Amino acid sequence: MPKRTDLNKILVIGSGPIIIGQAAEFDYSGTQACQALKEEGYEVILANSNPATIMTDYTFADEVYMEPLTVEFMTKIIRKEQPDAILPTLGGQTGLNLAMELSKTTILEDYGVELLGTRMEAIEQAEDRAMFRDLMHELKQPVPESTIVSTVDAAAAFAQEIGYPVIVRPAYTMGGTGGGMCDNEKELREITRNGLSLSPVDQCLIEKNIAGFKEVEYEVMRDKSDHAIVVCNMENFDPVGIHTGDSIVVAPSQTLSDREYQMLRNASLKIIRALGIEGGCNVQLALDPDSFQYYVIEVNPRVSRSSALASKATGYPIAKLAAKIAVGLTLDEIKNPVTGTTYACFEPALDYVVTKIPRWPFDKFAKGNRTLGTQMKATGEIMAIGRNFEESLLKGVRSLEGKTEELYLASLADLPDDVIDQRLVKADDERIFVLAEALRRNRTLDELHELTGIDLFFLNKLKKLMDLELVIQTEGLTYQPIKKAKQLGFSDAQLARLIGTDIDEVYNYRMEHQITPVYKMVDTCAGEFASETPYYYSSYEDENESVISDRKKVLVIGSGPIRIGQGVEFDYATVHSVLALKEMGYEAIIMNNNPETVSTDFSVSDKLYFEPLSLEDVMHVIELEKPEGVIVQFGGQTAINLVDGLNRRGVKILGTTMEAINETEDRDLFEQLLNRLEIAKPGGESVTSVEEAVQTARNIGYPVVVRPSYVLGGRAMEIVYGEEELLSYMEETVKDYSDHPILVDKYLTGMEIEVDAISDGETVVIPGIMEHIERAGVHSGDSMAVYPSQRISKELKQQCVDATVKIARELNMQGLINIQFVVNADTAYVIEVNPRASRTVPFLSKITGITMANLATKAILGKKLTDLGYNTGVAGCPDGVYVKVPVFSFEKLRSVDTTLGPEMKSTGEVIGYDRTLEKALYKGMTAAGLKIPVEGSVLLTVADKDKEEMLGIARTFHELGFQLYATIGTADAIQSAGIPVKTVSKVGATEMNIIDIIQSGKVQFVVNTLTKGQQSRSDGFRIRRTAVEHGIACLTSLDTANAIVEVIDSMSFTARAIGNREVTQT
Amino acid sequence: MSLKQLVLEDGSYFVGEGFGSDSESIGEIVFNTGMTGYQEIISDPSYCGQIVTFTYPLVGNYGINRDDFESVDPAILGVVVKEHCDTPSNFRSEETLDQFLEAKDIPGIAGIDTRKLTKIIRRHGTMKAMITSMDRPVSEVLEILNQTKLPIDQVSQVSTIKPYVVPGRGCRIVLMDFGMKHGILRELTKRDCHVTVVPYDTTAQEIDRLKPDGIMLTNGPGDPKNVPEAIETIKELIGQVPVFGICLGHQLIALASGADTAKMKFGHRGSNQPVKDLKNGKTYITSQNHGYSVSRESLEATDLELTQTSLNDESVEGLAHRLHPVFSVQYHPESSPGPEDTENLFDVFLENIQADKKQQKEEATCLNAQI
Repeated sequence: MPKRTDLNKILVIGSGPIIIGQAAEFDYSGTQACQALKEEGYEVILANSNPATIMTDYTFADEVYMEPLTVEFMTKIIRKEQPDAILPTLGGQTGLNLAMELSKTTILEDYGVELLGTRMEAIEQAEDRAMFRDLMHELKQPVPESTIVSTVDAAAAFAQEIGYPVIVRPAYTMGGTGGGMCDNEKELREITRNGLSLSPVDQCLIEKNIAGFKEVEYEVMRDKSDHAIVVCNMENFDPVGIHTGDSIVVAPSQTLSDREYQMLRNASLKIIRALGIEGGCNVQLALDPDSFQYYVIEVNPRVSRSSALASKATGYPIAKLAAKIAVGLTLDEIKNPVTGTTYACFEPALDYVVTKIPRWPFDKFAKGNRTLGTQMKATGEIMAIGRNFEESLLKGVRSLEGKTEELYLASLADLPDDVIDQRLVKADDERIFVLAEALRRNRTLDELHELTGIDLFFLNKLKKLMDLELVIQTEGLTYQPIKKAKQLGFSDAQLARLIGTDIDEVYNYRMEHQITPVYKMVDTCAGEFASETPYYYSSYEDENESVISDRKKVLVIGSGPIRIGQGVEFDYATVHSVLALKEMGYEAIIMNNNPETVSTDFSVSDKLYFEPLSLEDVMHVIELEKPEGVIVQFGGQTAINLVDGLNRRGVKILGTTMEAINETEDRDLFEQLLNRLEIAKPGGESVTSVEEAVQTARNIGYPVVVRPSYVLGGRAMEIVYGEEELLSYMEETVKDYSDHPILVDKYLTGMEIEVDAISDGETVVIPGIMEHIERAGVHSGDSMAVYPSQRISKELKQQCVDATVKIARELNMQGLINIQFVVNADTAYVIEVNPRASRTVPFLSKITGITMANLATKAILGKKLTDLGYNTGVAGCPDGVYVKVPVFSFEKLRSVDTTLGPEMKSTGEVIGYDRTLEKALYKGMTAAGLKIPVEGSVLLTVADKDKEEMLGIARTFHELGFQLYATIGTADAIQSAGIPVKTVSKVGATEMNIIDIIQSGKVQFVVNTLTKGQQSRSDGFRIRRTAVEHGIACLTSLDTANAIVEVIDSMSFTARAIGNREVTQT
Repeated sequence: MSLKQLVLEDGSYFVGEGFGSDSESIGEIVFNTGMTGYQEIISDPSYCGQIVTFTYPLVGNYGINRDDFESVDPAILGVVVKEHCDTPSNFRSEETLDQFLEAKDIPGIAGIDTRKLTKIIRRHGTMKAMITSMDRPVSEVLEILNQTKLPIDQVSQVSTIKPYVVPGRGCRIVLMDFGMKHGILRELTKRDCHVTVVPYDTTAQEIDRLKPDGIMLTNGPGDPKNVPEAIETIKELIGQVPVFGICLGHQLIALASGADTAKMKFGHRGSNQPVKDLKNGKTYITSQNHGYSVSRESLEATDLELTQTSLNDESVEGLAHRLHPVFSVQYHPESSPGPEDTENLFDVFLENIQADKKQQKEEATCLNAQI
């Protein structure tokens, strides 16, 4: 059926900021949807508050609203744009929830706006636990015994009836937020209470535990003619019990016979048909490993994380087709974009094995609760493709960019057996390594199966790998075993460890003996039809399918999995670099391993290698393609970390040279550089021993900032106020970083300024100078950033500009550069120089209209910025005020301290922009999910050093009509300033203590700053966690608190103006 | 096991590891793109005379069970895989693929680049191939291949020798066995049919004596023109009782009705083949295994109506007789392996039978009235 002609303008809802459970996959699906709709000739309006995304570029939509994704703002957009329809099914749970909320108002009716993709009733049927169960009963599809509760007591009563363990699933939350498995009533009560408060409809499902069943997912599509197909099925490595987002997932299923496969396929198709979904849908099922008994666990009536994975795993672009289906096209008339000759109405056949491994943030949150359960904790994921399971798994392991490139973690080798056993029973983020370790200790497969419930098929494969390790250990560098090992995915690093040599020797041996991979195509049809998709993966096979053109080529290294500190903004830069290369006539080749991203969409680049980003994998592609050079500036620290190795192998790094990169990263060279250029920097030194650290700190004076060199996102960075603290830091951290020196710097407190620039070595274009709301000490990724700067003098600005230009010219930088300054006593001190794309590139590009990654790519390839129409200095200054507000995922990460500091903790960001700072902040905070009430209560509990400063905040809150609560010390300070306050007792006190106040929901804000000392630290921790778990904003920086007070202040005086405000557009 | 080689008629050869039986084998090499269902494929008699390459690289993961056979004795001549699993995992698994092939004297070869092989077959079309030990030089194998004439009597090899009955209380079906997959029988008995399975060369008279309500023509191996006796029988049956043909049975209906068939370059073999129903405009995902197809142009002069085509290459996938309750599909509605989306065709067949019975009754009454 042809596309609909009664629609002209379609509003697409994006998914907002990156949070755990909703990452870059929705940038991919949204971008595809926008493209597909434009391709069909529709006018596309996009709403998404996330400035780091590619979809919010004007290239992909006709109008872009980076406004908060709330009913309030969506209503304004609808009134202004009057679209014919809304497409909410590609914006994750956020999009779906927003559509549901909108449909409860009259706005859609008033303006005759139609919902495309999935009917509202179907969304409700899939999302509402009770309705879903009824539908499944009607369809005769088995669901685990369960009940819906809205009180904790009801939950306890039901669990009593069906017996423990049970699973709690809050209604309408994503990524299993607030859910969990409970072994006893105490756990049940706690989790249910939390779940009820997180569920927007105050409902939880209490469900019979079917742990131990195989977990299988089907990605299905349906169109309005009722064609329904399976794009991909997937099997979880772990049985039911671990959230699928936290599971290693394999596609296609490995242990299902055709009968089982078809049985579950039938169930999935029956469900999508019953729901009447027009688009994509994800069905999660549990299958008894010992019978044909299965259960339907969950249905997502929308494009999901799994569909992004399925799209990359098969080559079949689900989101793109879902968008086309939404406007009336049917699968049998849409061409399969991969083959170009066959149709989309078919089911992809794979001739390879795909493994997805989650990327968890526990390298940063070592003290967080690392146990895996029904609540997702991963921030991102990688995917790897191989011709056998082992290869795909091991390629996946080295794609993670963790501490290891193989199934070996040195830290596990020393653990006693019983700890290994415990960790097998209670899965955590290191599960796969723990399994390998257990196998090395000769645990039998049956024992492991007993402890973990993991299918023997997978355990056997692991065993095979461990057995081969032993062979390698005895035989060393000999042809057959090495070849076998490479076929099974062993990395050179693993071989080097086993043989006791280094990766270069292994690599050279392989080159000599021609043990090198070939590249196979991902073509959706297992070779049945000729395809020209430029989408490849490596394997140690016979035939190479990647044909090398005679065009000039450039290889761009992507940024790997989404993690804290390296998010979707690096994919944004990568994609723009690729597009710029294509524009310049180069063959743009990309390597990346993140299935969620736009950069791994094969239609973006000329050639996509879906590969790990370790040195050997990158070298293999370089040896084959022989590009002019490699661009490493856009792939975050991932790509930068490759520079050394690539350089060693004689590969040309395009743009800023390795020497220049070293000068910014090597402590001593960096210091010399700044001294030479006479640029101010905080005093400090790099040290390699505790004694040196103590001496240095004494010399420069406390407080000092300590951190290991060469780290990303401020990992293990701390501000230390005294010698005792320094000693304990060195003790805890130096052990881990013995290879790298520790940097001890003077901690200058003051405003932080961030500059992004593009340089060709002569001309240095500065699109923006941003100031941070939070003073230095809070990681730049966790600070609110304001553009243009509001508080700094012209003179200071000039200091920043001068320093930037000087450094860029001195290092002959070609490409992007990011510099962070701290202002102290009217001087801007340089604290960090990053010779690469920064987190703020997309934010600034969108505000100023300067396509920074594009320009930088041109500069990297030798174009002069002056020829492109740019001169040295600050460029572009649009009207209005723009703020970037960080977004955290603390409610998903138990036991993680929420206090802001030098270590980055946010997972994503949103933008807010308007005519004034306060309005922009209001929008930004709202978009970040913060509720800003104009009246209510606030609880203050701050460290002694902050009491003075806190008084201003307390006073304004009071004047605005807020009731103040405070703990004793803080309350004293407030009272002596003549401000009324209610004193609450400290943590642990019997009556009405601070925790009770927070739990009872009496306060809307908690202002808490980090107190020193063991007891107060742990009290503070409890306060902060309690606030997070009850959805109450906890402000750990007085600067943030101040900003909020100012916003409330402005709202109180100009309350009417907010309501009438028009939505502005960029 | 020892190294083995797979040599193709066009001179390409692969070295791999032997598994299953150690015997040599010459057959037509084809590929199947299904990701599950190797047990059904291996035991599907339609593969008689063929060496099958599995494009999915891991075969044998869930072992071999006692339930999923499509015939008692596999007629397949060889199995080519990237990797076969010696540690299968599934609650129904009874033995490994290797053990099964060995027991059934079917040679297998593993460890070769099956994607490369598939592309060769795609480009050059299906051809003769041999799985053999490394002792023979490639030139010698090529010589053997050159001189080998592939058999044309596959149907007689796999059809039942004697008729037998699978009793039921519903419609009486005579099933002409050209190499039946058990799935077809299962679909009929599931619908309580009384099925008499007869050999491929049973005459129309013999069938008539069984007083069938309907005739089921099954799948089977090879070129439909190699079973002329069946074509004659079907000619006589059309117009007598409702007929339903699957795969080879479909091709035989076409030939019996005056249409023609032709060999395809590399055929359709897999579980993901889209077929468009020209009547309702819908497309179904079907399971297929055929190397021949009915020529579309040849239908013009016949009483056959084209009802379904392949969405991808528009080849003939379904036919219906304009005058009689006779219809057929090129694909496998009984699935096993593959999607079960078109299973309802068996219901259509039974509905045809009911309608036919009713009509006969009416005609009889009418006749009586006239008398």
